[in-house]
Amino acid sequence: MNALLISAVMGVLMMFSSFMLKSKSAVRNVALAGMFLILVANILDTYGWHLFNIPTEGMMHFDRFSLFFNSIAFACTFIFFLLSARDMEKVGINYAEYFSLIFFILCGIVLVASFQSLLILFLGIEIISIPLYILTGSDKRNLKSNEASLKYFLLGSFSTGIMLMGITLLYGHAGSFDITVLIKAGEKPSSLAIAGLLMLLFAMAFKVSAAPFHFWTPDVYDGAPTVFTSFMATIVKAAAFIGFMRLFSTAFYSLHDQWQMVIAIITALTLLIGNITAVFQQSIKRMLAYSSISQAGFMMLALFALNGTATEGLFLYVAAYSLATIGVFAVLIKMKDYTFEGFNGFARHHPFLAAVNTVFLLSLAGIPLTAGFLAKFYMLKAAVEAGGFLWLVIFAVLMAAVSVYYYFRVIQAMYFKEGDAPVSMEVSRPFQWVLGVLAFLIILLGVFPNALLYWFYF
Amino acid sequence: MIAVLMILIPLLGGIISFFLKKGNTARSFSLLSAVVTMVIMLYGMLAPKGTTLLSFSADWLPMLGTRFSLEADGIARVLTLLTAIAYPLILVSTWQHTYKNANRFFGFMLLTQAGLMGVFLATDALLFYFFWELALIPVYFLCSIWGGERRIPVTFKFFIYTFIGSLLMLVGIIYVYSKTADHSFALDSFYHATLTGGEQSWLFWMFFVAFAIKMPIFPFHSWQPDTYEQSPTATTMVLSGLMVKMGIFAVIRWLLPLLPVGVNNWAVSVSFLSVIGIIYASLIALKQDDMKRLIAYSSIAHIGLMSLALFANNNVGMQGVVIQMFNHGINIIALWIVVEMIEQQFGTRKMSELGGIAQKAPALALLFVIVALANIALPLTNGFVGEFLMFNGIFTSTAYDGNYTLFGTWHLNAANLGIIFTILAGIGIILSAVYTLRAIQKVLYGETNNLTAGGRDIKVNEKWVLAVIVAVIIIIGIYPQPLLDVSHGAVTEVLQKADIGNLIKK
Repeated sequence: MNALLISAVMGVLMMFSSFMLKSKSAVRNVALAGMFLILVANILDTYGWHLFNIPTEGMMHFDRFSLFFNSIAFACTFIFFLLSARDMEKVGINYAEYFSLIFFILCGIVLVASFQSLLILFLGIEIISIPLYILTGSDKRNLKSNEASLKYFLLGSFSTGIMLMGITLLYGHAGSFDITVLIKAGEKPSSLAIAGLLMLLFAMAFKVSAAPFHFWTPDVYDGAPTVFTSFMATIVKAAAFIGFMRLFSTAFYSLHDQWQMVIAIITALTLLIGNITAVFQQSIKRMLAYSSISQAGFMMLALFALNGTATEGLFLYVAAYSLATIGVFAVLIKMKDYTFEGFNGFARHHPFLAAVNTVFLLSLAGIPLTAGFLAKFYMLKAAVEAGGFLWLVIFAVLMAAVSVYYYFRVIQAMYFKEGDAPVSMEVSRPFQWVLGVLAFLIILLGVFPNALLYWFYF
Repeated sequence: MIAVLMILIPLLGGIISFFLKKGNTARSFSLLSAVVTMVIMLYGMLAPKGTTLLSFSADWLPMLGTRFSLEADGIARVLTLLTAIAYPLILVSTWQHTYKNANRFFGFMLLTQAGLMGVFLATDALLFYFFWELALIPVYFLCSIWGGERRIPVTFKFFIYTFIGSLLMLVGIIYVYSKTADHSFALDSFYHATLTGGEQSWLFWMFFVAFAIKMPIFPFHSWQPDTYEQSPTATTMVLSGLMVKMGIFAVIRWLLPLLPVGVNNWAVSVSFLSVIGIIYASLIALKQDDMKRLIAYSSIAHIGLMSLALFANNNVGMQGVVIQMFNHGINIIALWIVVEMIEQQFGTRKMSELGGIAQKAPALALLFVIVALANIALPLTNGFVGEFLMFNGIFTSTAYDGNYTLFGTWHLNAANLGIIFTILAGIGIILSAVYTLRAIQKVLYGETNNLTAGGRDIKVNEKWVLAVIVAVIIIIGIYPQPLLDVSHGAVTEVLQKADIGNLIKK
């Protein structure tokens, strides 16, 4: 509750700061301070310091699951601000408004992570989506950005429509929006409930860009200004997954056997399409868009398995994936040329940046000693423990091997090819420090994942 | 404690080496690190039996049931010893070579050593997997940065190949883990996991593909000649002398005792692959002109023989494999050293362009001949001991008795498979004599040509390195008992666990 209200207030505050504060660095500092405040408030909330006590009438439930994820999301956003806040200046003139929109998105994230009523889920998804449509189109004079925004808006509204339809059907079945009473244990679900469940499944699959509902992802991620792509592909996607997990593990757990196969097929398709298409990309930004689809495929394994390991693993996965992707994007933003060739010879000119970027890419590829490996390991372990679907597990690891191909192409370009790797802006010392800390965090999580998972329980 | 030091010294040495400014300092420093590792390992070898010196265990990820546990039992001891001895040899023998960014080169070399040591020592499946992958990453950089002209695609192929194998193994590890009684990754829990025959049958391939790619066994070998050819020689030595042993070692420690029924089901099929590999690689080796490729194919043939003896699944054969792992490591590193010396001096590895070197460099010629003879496994050389034991094992093996379905398709009823395998593998040995002697003849003897007329003999330090290796070759060839003693206990133990007849009786 702390974080929800503070981030809403911060959103409003940032809107005013656009004419109250003259310098951009002041705006940035206010945003950073606000972000830090939200993170601290959320951690206080976790340990029983509720700053506000507003009855939600059973619409929301702030449990460990939601508060823990909020902390991960806020920490990632804070790091994102530290790395990329300066780059938002390049997008357009409405600097403060961008922050404002991001704070509103954070409000939505809190809702999605802690809903107990389907209405709050819907509200949260919408509060996340609408500012994102705007951010996607914020590069107003760029045709690609406009196109992406419109496409995202149209497809996004469509999927929201399906979601609402599903919610309505479920309400018809249960007479309630409360996810804890939607389907009673041992009850044989009506066709109304099954139809509603599938619609919610498809709508959520759209939000996490799982195949075959992924078509918007590459264009939107590619068209949006790179700073916002970074935010969209990491924190927002993670939130959608947490909402997905919360919905299906609470509301539909008793029907797990019946929708497991659907999820298995969606997972396999997502892994296949994400990885195979990423192999053929020439632009790193587009490759990262497809890689985000393929990583979503791995996260889908958690939904497929739906056991204790899966929950822990999903937290580790979203943290590992978000940290690494934010890092890669932060480096990418500095480049002049977004193709693989643009990175040629990067290691010689910027040895430190190349080294940390390698850590991020190794983590995305799932090489041991990085957080990405243990994240994938947890997913595979969860899926094996779920039993029965061994083909899916084997398919997933084969696809992970494919993913090595495109991640390592960047490493090859940086280290083994000759070139001058032009950067478009200077790389400041604090920026390098933050990236170094990020790489350290990834390796730390790769050796001691308990450094993170411990806080889920204690 | 020594077990931890074996990993820690090269690891820290490697990291420090990255921060050394001068290439020469880094080179001396890495040699120092390698020598310290070797001395400590030799000290560990002398330690009395049953001490905890060579093992270590600490909590790592209790939630997952995995511990940071290391142990040098008999077989692991042979291979850690090999790794510890080989590194100083490799560094000294390539001393003259200059690398750009030498500090990084030596840093990666030492990191590889840390990874290798970890693979040989780990007694926890997840830890083993960690090191298995980690040993690969520095090699990837070594080959891609300092390799030959086609290095980037070749190394990439190598990397993807081994990575696919490891990932399948990861699925296998997780599956076995889910079947352990105490949900633990410890080696002992793995040995006691309850797996049905059917599960063991498919799990066998999940593990074996990873190991077969590393060894490499036909038909998973296609990365190997290219990678050996393109890598810088020092890295090729690590790859062929030490890294391929990861595969064989893993079969002994992580496959035979773990999936005895699976091994029993597939032993004949794998043996067929091994035999095909031996003959096939030997035939291709006959056609090679590049010395590096010749040795690469010869290595495939030798590894094939080791794999054949492994799946003969008896004490003699496996003793032979353990001995031969050590010997093959020493011999092939010696061969690379010779090739490196020739290439340094004459600028080519093509046998057709060389000739008459013996007249100009008698010391080199003498040492080369001894090493080559060891490669053919002539009596009185170390190669003979291992190959004799292995052939003995294959010939007397009972693993092939009965009716078989090969790869689930072809039915086979052969009582004399052991003899057939022995004969076919024997042909491989004869072929190896042919191509090795022909290489000697082409390179060392005959008339000198324009290129080799100005040749000179090798330097003192080079003589010393080769002399040490030749001494090892001959000493082990005459008196292999100490090595046999080390491996005997462990081999017996592995076979007890892997003995299917015994299991049924229980």
